[in-house]
Amino acid sequence: MRKTVALFAATAFATLISGGALAQTLVYCSEGSPEGFDPGPFTAGTTFDATRPVYDRLVHFEPGTTSVVPGLGLAESWDVSDDGLTYTFHIKPGVKFHTTGYFTPTRDLNADDVIFSFTRQSDQSSPWYQYSPGISWEYYNAMSMPDLIASIERVDDLTVAFHLTRPEAPFIANMGMDFASIVSKEYADQLQAAGNMVQFNQMPIGTGPFEFVAYQQDATIRYARFDDYWGTPAGVENLIFSITVDASVRAQKLIAGECDIMPYPNPADIAMLAANPNIVLEQQEGLNVGFLAYNTQQAPFDNPQVRTALNMAINKPAILEAVYQGFGQAAINPIPPTMWSYNTNIQDWEYNPTAARAMLEAAGVTNLTMNVWAMPVSRPYNPNARRMAELIQADFAAVGVTVNIVSYEWGEYLARSQEVTRDGAVLLGWNGDNGDPDNFLAVLLGCDAVGGANRAQWCNAEFDALVQQAKTVADQDERAALYMQAQEIFHAEAPWAPIAHSVAVMPVRSNVQGYVMNPFAIHEFATVTVQ
Amino acid sequence: MTDATVPPAPTPPRARSPWPARRKAIGEFWFTFRQNRGAVIGLVVFALLILIAVFAPLIAPFGFDQIFYDHFRTPPAWQEGGVPQFLLGTDGIGRDVLSRLIYGARYSLLIGVVVVVLSLLGGVLLGLVAGYFGGKTDIVIMRVMDVILSFPSILLALVLVAILGPSLMNAMIAVAVVLQPHFARLARAAVRVEKSRDYVTSAQVAGASHLRQMFVTILPNIFAPLIVQATLSFSTAVLEAAALGFLGVGAQPPTPEWGAMLAADREFILTDWWLATFPGLAILITVFAVNLVGDGLRDALDPRLKRS
Amino acid sequence: MFRFLLSRLALIVPTFFGITVIAFLFPRLLKGDPVLLLSGERGVSPERYAMLNEQFGFDRPLIVQYFDYVWHLLGGDFGTSIATKSPVLHDFFALFPATVELSLFAVTFAVIIGIPAGIIAAVKRGSLFDQGAMGIALAGYSMPIFWWGLLLIVIFSTTLGWTPIDGRIGLRYFFDSVTGFMTIDALISGQRGAFSSAVSHLILPTIVLGTIPLAVIARQTRSAMLEVLSEDYIRTARAKGLPPRRVIGVHALRNALIPVVTTIGLQTGLLLAGAILTEHIFSWPGIGKWMLDSLSQRDYPAVQGGLILIALVVMVVNIIVDVLYGLINPAIRYRS
Repeated sequence: MRKTVALFAATAFATLISGGALAQTLVYCSEGSPEGFDPGPFTAGTTFDATRPVYDRLVHFEPGTTSVVPGLGLAESWDVSDDGLTYTFHIKPGVKFHTTGYFTPTRDLNADDVIFSFTRQSDQSSPWYQYSPGISWEYYNAMSMPDLIASIERVDDLTVAFHLTRPEAPFIANMGMDFASIVSKEYADQLQAAGNMVQFNQMPIGTGPFEFVAYQQDATIRYARFDDYWGTPAGVENLIFSITVDASVRAQKLIAGECDIMPYPNPADIAMLAANPNIVLEQQEGLNVGFLAYNTQQAPFDNPQVRTALNMAINKPAILEAVYQGFGQAAINPIPPTMWSYNTNIQDWEYNPTAARAMLEAAGVTNLTMNVWAMPVSRPYNPNARRMAELIQADFAAVGVTVNIVSYEWGEYLARSQEVTRDGAVLLGWNGDNGDPDNFLAVLLGCDAVGGANRAQWCNAEFDALVQQAKTVADQDERAALYMQAQEIFHAEAPWAPIAHSVAVMPVRSNVQGYVMNPFAIHEFATVTVQ
Repeated sequence: MTDATVPPAPTPPRARSPWPARRKAIGEFWFTFRQNRGAVIGLVVFALLILIAVFAPLIAPFGFDQIFYDHFRTPPAWQEGGVPQFLLGTDGIGRDVLSRLIYGARYSLLIGVVVVVLSLLGGVLLGLVAGYFGGKTDIVIMRVMDVILSFPSILLALVLVAILGPSLMNAMIAVAVVLQPHFARLARAAVRVEKSRDYVTSAQVAGASHLRQMFVTILPNIFAPLIVQATLSFSTAVLEAAALGFLGVGAQPPTPEWGAMLAADREFILTDWWLATFPGLAILITVFAVNLVGDGLRDALDPRLKRS
Repeated sequence: MFRFLLSRLALIVPTFFGITVIAFLFPRLLKGDPVLLLSGERGVSPERYAMLNEQFGFDRPLIVQYFDYVWHLLGGDFGTSIATKSPVLHDFFALFPATVELSLFAVTFAVIIGIPAGIIAAVKRGSLFDQGAMGIALAGYSMPIFWWGLLLIVIFSTTLGWTPIDGRIGLRYFFDSVTGFMTIDALISGQRGAFSSAVSHLILPTIVLGTIPLAVIARQTRSAMLEVLSEDYIRTARAKGLPPRRVIGVHALRNALIPVVTTIGLQTGLLLAGAILTEHIFSWPGIGKWMLDSLSQRDYPAVQGGLILIALVVMVVNIIVDVLYGLINPAIRYRS
């Protein structure tokens, strides 16, 4: 069955190409293999890049921004009840699912598909809750959806109401995230009847601008334009992901014209790419922060004076040059400057090793030896943590602090760095999920997150109260005032040394038009055309 | 799987020779070794490497972790943009490449020595015990060796390092574990041949203990193949540890181990050629020199021993 | 012959169990936690952690887990990959043909160059060719191949633009995988240029992966030839005035190749078992790269299944080598 399907798809695809349409093909050199093609169970941006062409969500962000506008996604509009507890979405009529060699829909998108897309992630009695061994719904859980959604109601064929347990200002933005992608219930039912539910994750069906054609494991993913798309049709006929793990290799392929667009260039290669006349660099300030989190429950780092002194010892310009190769800006606050509620009144700690040394001595700290943890992987917010750690090691040595660099394998690193009793300061960072300040301040610095994502193990009652309050307020200006106040406290207490916000750079070949960078570091190609 | 590959021909038993005879044997060995021009060159290079490693702080122009903030990725001195004080250029955070390479020699030699000692001791002990006692002991030990040899060495080393945690010491342990079955097989096969010989039998009759027989009577007679295997293992160890460093699970920063240096600055391979070129060259030269010496030793000690 | 084969097979059983013990213990000895790895930077609540832990079955007694594990293995169930959520066996067989194809190319490359080089070196012992070839062979044997691969890519792909940078075939070609071997599938597809594209993608990985086997085979051929050439019957043949070409080509070569065939077989086994570094450098979608990725992602089931399957491949290849050796050299059968 699967063989013939693939054969059919291959023949169709081959005809497209032999029809002289290669110019209508966009090749994206992606940085890794997707974990699967169902966005629900996964958390990696690489996976979402591969599912975005296929699926839509109720809510779409305005391209290139973090703001949601009704009508861009599958929901034409939505209403919020006065108590903030009920969100009613009105679905666009006439939205078609993909017709492929392995599935032919008999009906358009309706409320059942929307409800199924969420209940499969929460209803443990549904066979879809565990449709593949070991599957789990990490994002749905991480965004507290199980506690938040009391029930989902089918009002009519094209209307769905979400009943919440508490007012939650970021809820609409959450509906724009990939875990909230709308899947086809009809396709799911068919697979269930055929006893082949695993295929749901291997050969996706959605309403998106591209339909899935084939995946050669760890090598290529192929998509074709979906001609019955409800919105503006995609700009190219064929979309190919050429999986290329190494950043230098991606750059080489882009130069050679083997791909048209690539993510995450080595900072070191950017100058070379910029000098190439066939390549244009798209840039966007990232929605991210890279930081050094002290363990604020451990002496002497429980003393804000000591933390402030160490922050003053860090030579950020050197780090920006050596680690980010200039494609980053020094971080002052825990949220990036592009985010609303960013507090521009706060000045960065002055780089002053002499004053820092004096402050440390005044705090009674001499002959300090500490661990600095360096992540073993490259992330957008910190492309090379080992190199950063070596620079910090030298900076701290200049104020009389001896640094041992420690590192663990990534999974272990994430686990151990959460421990409240952890020894040392940790290099880590964060990429925003939905553009809401809550997604940084509460997740990374809230009291609930101590022993978890709060790597500073920092619980400040005043800060926490402000952030908690902001979450329940609907008015954005009012929320912004609360968050600004919280940032003042952060600066005074210095639980982290915020290091940098990286600038995301996308090298694109100059014959590619219309690529819009996405602040959530998801890569979308529906608007792109090739000349 | 099978012993068919390396039929380690044991040296003919020399009667425990008086000193002048030994000196003659050494003289003969040196004579044969000197015939091999490659081996002599290898030996000279290796000796130089040892000197460099020992006197690194005196030779190196800078410290291996000394950062020059104004000189991130300065090219080698002869190239445009180069500075005479940094002969081979500087790395991603402004450290002198030459100094790091010089200090790195210490790590490569250390890796070679530690791995060879660990695997030699472990392997010979297991092999002696297996070969001497035979029976069930033999079967159990050799089956365990078979299991180890069923995996490609780099894969097993990666798995071991994953368990032990990434560090230079753990990488050395992992490589030693992977290499020791070769010693064990060699020792066992040799012991089994030696055991049936007259001098062992007579020692047995004379009432020598097991330990004495194993270590005093038999062991000295299998020195030659072990020395050759040790040399081969030395070069393999340097290569494998560098590969682990390259994959990021060996030596950790700021240790200037050559494989780790290559990995750390791999991202500059398109723009700054010297950063990836020199550490690789250093590994190649070291391993080549050791292998030249190994070939020479093999020819001089036992022409019938073959490299597999 | 049959008894010989049987005795070889009997040796496999304990080894196989040893391997399952290693594979089984591997995740239990690790410090990294797959549940936490799954949740990334955001972490996971204790309740959810406990739930996921139970779901993966890490909460039962060790011995129960082991027998359960072996039981499933014997039933052909190698577990489900945490990363891809598909059966490990499925992932393995999806990637294995790429490794086999590359390994066969590399071994062929090594044999085609290594054996003639070894023969000539032996016949012209001490000549410039002998010294040069053996010097190069030793250098190849000493090569850190991760560096060698990077060097070749920068020179031939980036600077000169002669070879493609990575992948198995140009993106313009797309056809169904029939055999899993890209070169053969390209021929079957009938698309013009597909075959040459597939071959051009194999050039650099083949050279890099073939370097060490080439060195080993050349050196082994040379020494085996030298040994045979000094045997009495060759001297007799020469003395009888047979033409040298015949002496070397027929009498000497046939005997000298016996140990070389063993070497070739064992080298093939090693390459099949995972050209980890080569696949890593060329992003070759084979099992070596898969194992490396699975290890760094702490994808336990994939690593466990991979270890067992790879060890099985090595064992099977070694048995084939033994049998071949027995066939071409009947004396061995009686010895063992």
